[in-house]
Amino acid sequence: MRSFTYERARTPAEAAASAMRKPDAKFIAGGTNLLDLMKLEIETPAHLIDVNGLALDKIEPTQEGGLRIGALVRNTDLAADTRVRRDYGVLSRALLAGASGQLRNMATTAGNLLQRTRCPYFYDTNQSCNKRKPGSGCAAIGGFSRQHAVVGASEACIATHPSDMAVAMRALDATVETVRPDGPTRTIPIAEFYRLPGDTPHIETTLMPGELITAVTLPKPVGGKQIYRKVRDRASYAFALVSVAAIVQRDGTGRVALGGVAHKPWRVEAAEAQMPNGAKAVAERLFADARPTRQNAFKLALAERTLGAVLAEAKG
Amino acid sequence: MRFETPATINPIDQLKVVGKPADRIDGPLKTTGTARYAYEHHEGMPSPAYGYVIGSAIAKGRITGIDLTAAKSAPGVRAIVTADNAGKLGKGDRNTAKLLGGPDIEHYHQAIALVVADTFEQARAAAELVRVDYVRTDGAFDLAAVKDIAKPRAVFGGPADTAVGDFADAFAAAPVQLDASYTTPDQAHAMMEPHASIATWNGDKLTLWTSNQMIAWGVGEVAKTLDIPKENVRLISPFIGGGFGSKLFVRSDALLAALGARATGRPVKVALPRPFVFNNTTHRPATIQRIRIGATRDGKIAAIGHEEWSGNLPGGRPEGAVSQTRLLYAGANRMTATRLAELNLPEGNAMRAPGEASGMMALEIAVDEMAERLGMDPIEFRIINDTQVDPEKPERPFSQRRLTECLRTGAERFGWNKRNPQPGRVRDGRWLVGMGVAAAFRNNLLTKSAARVRLDNNGVVTVETDMTDIGTGSYTIIAQTAAEMMGVPMEKVVVRLGDSNFPVSSGSGGQWGGNNSTAGVYAACVKLREAVAQKLGFNSAEAEFADGEVRLGNRRVPLAQAAGDGGLRAEDGIEYGDIDKKYQQSTFGAHFVEVGVDAATAEIRVRRMLAVCAAGRILNPKTARSQVIGAMTMGVGAALMEELVVDERAGFFVNHDLAGYEVPVHADIPHQDAIFLDETDPMSSPMKAKGVAELGICGVAAAVANAAYNATGIRVRDYPITLDKLLEEMPDVG
Repeated sequence: MRSFTYERARTPAEAAASAMRKPDAKFIAGGTNLLDLMKLEIETPAHLIDVNGLALDKIEPTQEGGLRIGALVRNTDLAADTRVRRDYGVLSRALLAGASGQLRNMATTAGNLLQRTRCPYFYDTNQSCNKRKPGSGCAAIGGFSRQHAVVGASEACIATHPSDMAVAMRALDATVETVRPDGPTRTIPIAEFYRLPGDTPHIETTLMPGELITAVTLPKPVGGKQIYRKVRDRASYAFALVSVAAIVQRDGTGRVALGGVAHKPWRVEAAEAQMPNGAKAVAERLFADARPTRQNAFKLALAERTLGAVLAEAKG
Repeated sequence: MRFETPATINPIDQLKVVGKPADRIDGPLKTTGTARYAYEHHEGMPSPAYGYVIGSAIAKGRITGIDLTAAKSAPGVRAIVTADNAGKLGKGDRNTAKLLGGPDIEHYHQAIALVVADTFEQARAAAELVRVDYVRTDGAFDLAAVKDIAKPRAVFGGPADTAVGDFADAFAAAPVQLDASYTTPDQAHAMMEPHASIATWNGDKLTLWTSNQMIAWGVGEVAKTLDIPKENVRLISPFIGGGFGSKLFVRSDALLAALGARATGRPVKVALPRPFVFNNTTHRPATIQRIRIGATRDGKIAAIGHEEWSGNLPGGRPEGAVSQTRLLYAGANRMTATRLAELNLPEGNAMRAPGEASGMMALEIAVDEMAERLGMDPIEFRIINDTQVDPEKPERPFSQRRLTECLRTGAERFGWNKRNPQPGRVRDGRWLVGMGVAAAFRNNLLTKSAARVRLDNNGVVTVETDMTDIGTGSYTIIAQTAAEMMGVPMEKVVVRLGDSNFPVSSGSGGQWGGNNSTAGVYAACVKLREAVAQKLGFNSAEAEFADGEVRLGNRRVPLAQAAGDGGLRAEDGIEYGDIDKKYQQSTFGAHFVEVGVDAATAEIRVRRMLAVCAAGRILNPKTARSQVIGAMTMGVGAALMEELVVDERAGFFVNHDLAGYEVPVHADIPHQDAIFLDETDPMSSPMKAKGVAELGICGVAAAVANAAYNATGIRVRDYPITLDKLLEEMPDVG
């Protein structure tokens, strides 16, 4: 870990302004991912801006009938919120499928969105990784890639996004509220929040440098059966091989987003239109451009079967 | 004390304390955080320095340059140890690769330097500033690719190959045959406490607090590596946060702490960071196994053959996966073969039940497959081929062998008769349900072990031995043994372990610790009883030790009084004659597992488990049960998830942390039962006990595999059995 300076910010604007002054700064909230990465010198911020005191820890109704979730709401609290459990069950279930109780107690809503990939080559600084060190290459391609992306990947990076929560947020069409380092606030639809790796896999979101997430907003509840199904080798405390966040209406229409298959939560509107026609039709369109590796090709069949199980559960 | 003939009645048979499910006496220290582990000794060390290990970034090749300039001038740095400046170092007999590498590199993350600084954080930060240049050379990293050039190599004192009768002809002539290959992956011990040490020098004398299962081995290895007399090395290891074989040997933390302390003149603490443990230390090596079984139509094995291929660094040993096949089932025509290839992966070495754990993973699937071909119940097939003598040397009987009773007892308790022998037929909601069984088998090893016992004028008995407690319960069973022998309650016994100043014990490994270390304490206590009796003028053979007194006829003397102000002490150990040559000593069991396989995703989840064990006298049913259910849990890991994944290009284990190397979590482990058959084995020692901690893992993975087959009809022969290996053959979902 490199030495760093540290400050506690009092307001979002102050935090953003501080980030503007110090380009090597990082925000820190729960620290469940950033501290590990700093110890391994995968992240080497020269300055940490502690945002835990920003009073962004409320869940409030919006005028539109949705919910505004403060950036610092802990995963445990968000999953347990009665409004979330009643109206956004897929989100509560996704949260509880992730990490462990101890980690969820610390991890925040914004931090969860911004967690880094768990690709083992990203974590081993002896290995090449374009995400960690742009231009160094991708050791995962041709290496151990069982966990990796099957769709939307590039020649530069085949990492996946590890979050469960983000997959549910994608299915719910959440929006991300931010304050930019130069002052103005803006709202980013989650569909536009994550980037595919392309040739710049180190840039993972559309946030500007120093831009601070202040809240995530959920639109008015859409009802339906809300299911989060996470498939993994062990029963808990493991990242998804494939996960499915689904909202299924009585007529069989709905929404579906997948985790564990891409650099971002994977949702294809054209695929969703096929939901009444069954899992095969949905999967065909979700993975029309899939390019799996030899080690992770099974994810295509697994995703289709998991989708099938989820749609059957929704019907039942 | 020499143990040469079967044990007769002795004070242990009273079973007033031994055999009772006593709580572990070190439990309160552990639950309150006051048990000091290797990294936590602070007494007499006002200002320790901290060492951070640097590991090689390549698997094979040579260091062409190390630039220490920036690191040396980093804040707090006191010294940087490398092979260049460490002085001449030897290598311990039990290490394959050097603990401090350079300029030649033998494996990935081989230690090449230690940065010593005033704080841990300074040492870690400075370590990142060390620049190392390497030249890589090609290495062999893929066992399958070098299998055919592997050479015969003996292991565990046995021959590389064995042959009885005419295997080839008998197999060819057998009306029912199986010829199948199985693979087991490299596995990590993944114990909770990483390797850690604190070293301090006083003149030319080294004291090393470390986490080590085998104190006397460690003393010898440290002395040899540093080229100093053994008398100048003291090893202290009172509490160990798990080992599973990874701490049988001295590792880089201990050597580098000693070198760092020598370089700085300060005590130095070194702990291996978790992501470093997997490639720096040892692991259970992968195997490829081919098993052939030929049988008559009524299920009698006519021919059984087991061949094993594993790989290791030059000078390393094979896994030994054929060991149990030499002993487990009858059959007139037999062969085994052990082949070893050179690989440049990290060092393969012992992990819980080395040999048998891997061998049983394959053999017990093969037996299940063979039973199915014969149309027999797999339990009946095993029982038909049971043997009471060493099948390779029929003149050698087993000292005790109740495999059949384990299988029958387990079948009844588990409800085996409810198993549908047709696979893929039982459904419970979204789950396909199946049951599996496997035999359990692990040898019982006899090895000498000594102890010192003292009796003071408060009637307190203090036991000192360099035995270790790696979470197994050694403290407790030793206290029970001394209490039984001296006729005092356990509260009157103090047990001190894990210090090379104490008499040399068996240590902890190979499930030999429980029986041998308590037998050593027994021997020392016999001597102490004699000393007490002699002092009182009693005939020691007739004196009774009970309730804190020694009694003869109508004379009763409290032990405290007998000890007097000077106290009494005795030291002795157990040594064995050739009883284990005349009788084959093994432990037996049966594992039963029920799994559910998700009909859509093929996720396998264990629903219930049962182990039935026949392992001699159970000294403490509570600690024994803990060992067995822990081993069953480890077996589930081996079956379903544990695999060190080799990057065959760069030659290292990729998933080198506990996020990537998955072991079972609570949610994976359902209800577990462990039953111990009531038995004693008078051939094993005066304790009549045997090991049980490794028996518990042998066969578990195969029972899980067989249950998954029974659930799905899909036979997977390559561990771990992950869902991707089932998916293609799973039935369609609606």
